[in-house]
Amino acid sequence: MKVDKTIRNIIVAEIVFPILFLVFGIYHGLMQVLYRAGVIKDMSVGGIEYYQGLTLHGVINAIVFTTIIIVALGNIVFLYYLKKPLRPAVQWLSLILMFGGTLMAAWAMFTGKANVLYTFYPPLIAHWSFYLGAALLIIGSIVPLFFDWLPNYILWKRENPGQKVPFAVYGMLINHIMWVIMVVPVVIEVLFQLLPLSLGLVQEINPSLARTLFWAFGHPVVYFWLLPAYVMLYTVLPKIVTGDGKLYSDGAARFVFILFLIFSFPVGLHHQFTEPGITNNYKLIHALFTFGVAVPSMITAFTVAASLEYSIKSKYPEVRNSLFYWWTKIPYISLEGNKWLVSYFMAGLFLFFVGGITGIVNASYNMNQVVHNTSFVPGHFHTTVGGLVTLVFLGMSLFFLSQLTGKEIRFKGLAVLAPWLWWQGMLIFEYAMSIAGFHGFPRRTNTGISYLNPESPIYRPEWVGYAELSVFAGVLIVVGFIFWAVSFFGTLLSPATKEAELEVPTAEPYHDEKMPALQKLTPWVVFSSLLFLVSYIPALYDVTKRGVFFDSPGYNDKSPAPITKPQSAKDEKKEMAEVIK
Amino acid sequence: MDKAEKTALVLAVGFLGFFASLLVYAAKVLNIDVPTCITDVKPFTEGKVIQHAPNRYEIHYLAKMWYFEPADVEIPAGSVVDIYLTSGDVIHGFQIDGTNVNLMAIPGTVAYARYKFDKPGVYHIVCHEYCGIGHQDMATKIVVK
Repeated sequence: MKVDKTIRNIIVAEIVFPILFLVFGIYHGLMQVLYRAGVIKDMSVGGIEYYQGLTLHGVINAIVFTTIIIVALGNIVFLYYLKKPLRPAVQWLSLILMFGGTLMAAWAMFTGKANVLYTFYPPLIAHWSFYLGAALLIIGSIVPLFFDWLPNYILWKRENPGQKVPFAVYGMLINHIMWVIMVVPVVIEVLFQLLPLSLGLVQEINPSLARTLFWAFGHPVVYFWLLPAYVMLYTVLPKIVTGDGKLYSDGAARFVFILFLIFSFPVGLHHQFTEPGITNNYKLIHALFTFGVAVPSMITAFTVAASLEYSIKSKYPEVRNSLFYWWTKIPYISLEGNKWLVSYFMAGLFLFFVGGITGIVNASYNMNQVVHNTSFVPGHFHTTVGGLVTLVFLGMSLFFLSQLTGKEIRFKGLAVLAPWLWWQGMLIFEYAMSIAGFHGFPRRTNTGISYLNPESPIYRPEWVGYAELSVFAGVLIVVGFIFWAVSFFGTLLSPATKEAELEVPTAEPYHDEKMPALQKLTPWVVFSSLLFLVSYIPALYDVTKRGVFFDSPGYNDKSPAPITKPQSAKDEKKEMAEVIK
Repeated sequence: MDKAEKTALVLAVGFLGFFASLLVYAAKVLNIDVPTCITDVKPFTEGKVIQHAPNRYEIHYLAKMWYFEPADVEIPAGSVVDIYLTSGDVIHGFQIDGTNVNLMAIPGTVAYARYKFDKPGVYHIVCHEYCGIGHQDMATKIVVK
């Protein structure tokens, strides 16, 4: 379909802008492995400190890149499948909020005023512009749902009574509704705890409450990143793998999204297994819910594999009776038509297989004590968000960039190799980080100047080999990224050769059940919000009333002296004075 | 839903159910449990080692930017140690290498774990939560003789 020029430019900007930032994010990723292995034995390089670089790596890759690209994908999906124009005013507002917020937070991070990592746990406190910037980015990403997509969706429903909305729209809609629900706790944390403290309006904060609110957002957010990749796995992959493949079951795909809507929220305490202040039985309940949220991914594993099998077998009758041989017919490296995209999906899926297993280990309550805050955790999420999610986003960005600008993809050979280098690098990285994690190698630590420095009194030689292996992996990943970037920017900078036309490859369903219970979203949304609330009431009671004895003043990363006045210490002195009297 | 889908679903739920029952068994029967909310010990402002009996210790760890108090501790092999942990400033981490003791030090709260040090040797403790510029140097140890 033809796309209005303004909207086209906005969507292209929403793809290119976060990718320009991603270049910094990936650069600091490489720096991380060099620092940690002691290749760089220093606190900073080029004026950027280790922890500042780690903050940039986390915020850019996991928050800025994902959020803005997901809005771009949402715009594409709603525009293409509902065939209703998007409103330029709404899109401009959303773009300005997101870009403005990103630049604001970036200023604080690049100038070293926000070395707090992407989880920004208080009482470490960043400059207020960091929190406000992040809040604006989030608000901007919500604008299109309320003022563009939902109105179009309601209109479409009215015009097509009794019809199922296209699956991609269904998936994206659930994803963005989940986003609106999950940002509530983090917006409360930022507006009522962190911003007032960083502005000096209040002197103290309850760090346990802040962590609990953060993880009520911080877990569902990984599904906010994942679900757009799932939408693409269900609609795009089966279609392009043979040119005319089918999605095995439309009903199963929709059921998966409803399960995510229900189980993504009551699980955040699995990030807080090892912390005090929360009764362990509440943590156990969240552990069991986390096992519940693994189910939709396992159904996805089945549906995607079945769709691949169906698509391959309908094209190649000679493998029709084979159990395993059809896997060899998948075009893992092919330049034909859109098949180059298959390598992004397959490399991502292979990584996600590992990421799923390590995720279940993390969620396993008492077993989490073996791996919590060790390098096992970054090993895990580099194969999920750094694996499947990023690869699908990189592939689809290049794909849609080419369509929306009318430019042929340049350096397609590099583009098709990139995901496999990335895959190999991530696999080695995950291996090194996981095994080192079992030996207690901590995450988020500039180990090169202490634990991995032979001259240091706290030298730990048993970690050296793994850290060196992760350097090798990091280099492979970065080479993969460079291959992709050459293709992406080569395409962006080349002249347009054809008319810009948006065409999302879409697999038709093979099994197409009606499943009317899944078509009405409102009851599910209400149920899931209530479950979210109920699952958090006991934990919130613990961290506000029972388990936390006093609030804390704020600190910055450079000094052990508090930057705000510790009120409770004063109060205690007053009480003591009164007692003495 | 066709037959293959049902099989896949039953397998997935079956595996997860099996894993879940193992972890509940470990927690409730073998008492391998995660830290819980304790209210009988208030947050303290100094670290110390208290010996209750020849093989019975209580260590109060105070985590601060960027050290642990007490520093290196020596105890005899076979000691049962009650570990209490709090923070004097920001959030810190606390992991005793080679054990399941993995805690967070959060100001205003006290974390608790019990461990029996059977094997002699050096047990390294690292802070594994980012706590500012000196984080990578924040470590201590327990020497078991």
